[in-house]
Amino acid sequence: MHRVLGDRRAIVTLIGPALLVYSLVMLVPMVWSLGYSFTKGNTIDGFTGNGLHNFQRLFSDTAAHKALWFSLKYGVAVTVGQVLAGYLLALLYIFFLKRASAVIRTLVFFPVIMPTVAVGLLFQKFFQVAPQTGPMNSLLSTVGVGSVDWFGSPGKAFWVLVIMDIWRSMGFYAVLLFAGLVDIPDEVLESARLDGASGLRLVRHIVLPLSFPVLMSALIFSINGTLKVFDSIVALTNGGPGNATTPLTLYMFQTSFTYSDYGYGSTIALLLTVVCLLVTLAIFRVSRRDLTEG
Amino acid sequence: MALDSPPMMKASGSARRPGTTRALWRRRHPGRIWVKVVIGLLLVVEVYPLLWMFLTSLKSNSDYLNKSTWSLPTSWEWGNYSEAWTTGHIGLYVRNSLLATAPALLLIIVLGTAAGFALQIMVWKGRGLMLIIFLAGIMVPSQMILLPLFTVYFRAGLSGTLWPLILTYTGTGLPLTVFMMATYYRAVPRELFEAATIDGAGILRSFWSISIPMVRNAILTVGLVQFFFIWNDLLIALTFTNNQDLRTIQVGLLNFTGDFGATQYGPLFAAICINVIGTLVIYLFLNQKVMKGLTGGAVKG
Repeated sequence: MHRVLGDRRAIVTLIGPALLVYSLVMLVPMVWSLGYSFTKGNTIDGFTGNGLHNFQRLFSDTAAHKALWFSLKYGVAVTVGQVLAGYLLALLYIFFLKRASAVIRTLVFFPVIMPTVAVGLLFQKFFQVAPQTGPMNSLLSTVGVGSVDWFGSPGKAFWVLVIMDIWRSMGFYAVLLFAGLVDIPDEVLESARLDGASGLRLVRHIVLPLSFPVLMSALIFSINGTLKVFDSIVALTNGGPGNATTPLTLYMFQTSFTYSDYGYGSTIALLLTVVCLLVTLAIFRVSRRDLTEG
Repeated sequence: MALDSPPMMKASGSARRPGTTRALWRRRHPGRIWVKVVIGLLLVVEVYPLLWMFLTSLKSNSDYLNKSTWSLPTSWEWGNYSEAWTTGHIGLYVRNSLLATAPALLLIIVLGTAAGFALQIMVWKGRGLMLIIFLAGIMVPSQMILLPLFTVYFRAGLSGTLWPLILTYTGTGLPLTVFMMATYYRAVPRELFEAATIDGAGILRSFWSISIPMVRNAILTVGLVQFFFIWNDLLIALTFTNNQDLRTIQVGLLNFTGDFGATQYGPLFAAICINVIGTLVIYLFLNQKVMKGLTGGAVKG
């Protein structure tokens, strides 16, 4: 009977077009981009080979190191913030909300699907000092702290970015982790309750270990997304002040399109890809070990 | 990669739980004051920025610059919206976004559903490997493919049209779609298609007239997920729209000065609102599907 489901012509007809488009738009360009990293030039002027020069440059380029460091710093801060905020929200949903739960979940999720550019511009104006005092500074002045020039210093701009991306995506992680909590078997909870566990102890000893797998997948998903951050930063700070909030993704974009250096741009893109892979693998290994120990 | 447990099934499981079991989670004394404070704070943090954005979109420039940021508009300037739409070119940008999104979405769904069927229902050597090849595309950052694509589109004379966007969106949307569709097809028994063959239907025909109606909901979910990815995309749109007339809504909003010269705050906020309203309307009607689809797709890592 498997003859029908193994019909070669049907298989090729069904998967062929998707594979073709995917190969032409993603697989071939990936390899091609790898090739570009050994060249210098751009589409208009043409390319000339220059061996390992781009890689040597990457090693001594302080702007690239700064961008890599920013990407990692940002990735870790936002990942921790997103997943933590999401987990706290999920606990709030499941412990304390009754009928309003679905409504609040839906509401908090909304920023996830808002266009990032819109959120970026909104936060830019929300935190601005001039020409008009935005709500955040206005609030700080009322409390007596005084206005802060959020986008004037690297440290403060970094924190606005982090706050914005947590605001934007905590609803997503809340729903993801909430689904993990709901999957915890009732019997486990019941017996824990009977043994007298409640509140923080219930969370610490029962809920946290049992939701560990879904927490791990949330972490992996989050770090992968935050290392690739582009839209939020372009819309909110455009890498400034100076290049203080420029991650690898934006540095690659500027190198390629502002300075028309496709060769070096491809080398930075390669670095970005390798970083994403390594970080994901590292988390995978750590989570495996923890699972076997626990 | 959690391939052996269908993520969608898990996510949907939460909705079907009867309410009584949830009582186990709850504290004996719910409704303490601090819980209410936390929830109130959460609502303010979520809603106020959006409300502020909307109110500001109705202010005149002098209102925005000279009066307190908390105040209501002195006169409600609905004209800001038409200003943004015409003088700010938001109308043109929305049209471009639609023209790029619709064909890409259609292609993604048709190609992705067929490939998902072939990978999950059909039986052949190497389909595990093929799924991994598609999965690889989810991990890789878009930066890795932009430059060669730029060269190709330029040489092929496609720069200056919306084709680079349509093609790139289709290619980058396929990996996740194929993976999600294959996961959905796991719930459809193979025997169904074997039985259909006995009745004389070819496999391609069964794919079309038996399997498609069965995964209709899944197609809607996947389509929604991809719609938001494409509609909200900035990186690809920024790379391939070097011409102002081709800008999508996101690129256009980022460079929002239009023919105004100096920044006009009312129309700027109106433009942001227009951008948000599109997604808001879809979300109002289909929020449960959107939430399920997006979080379901997340277990892809």
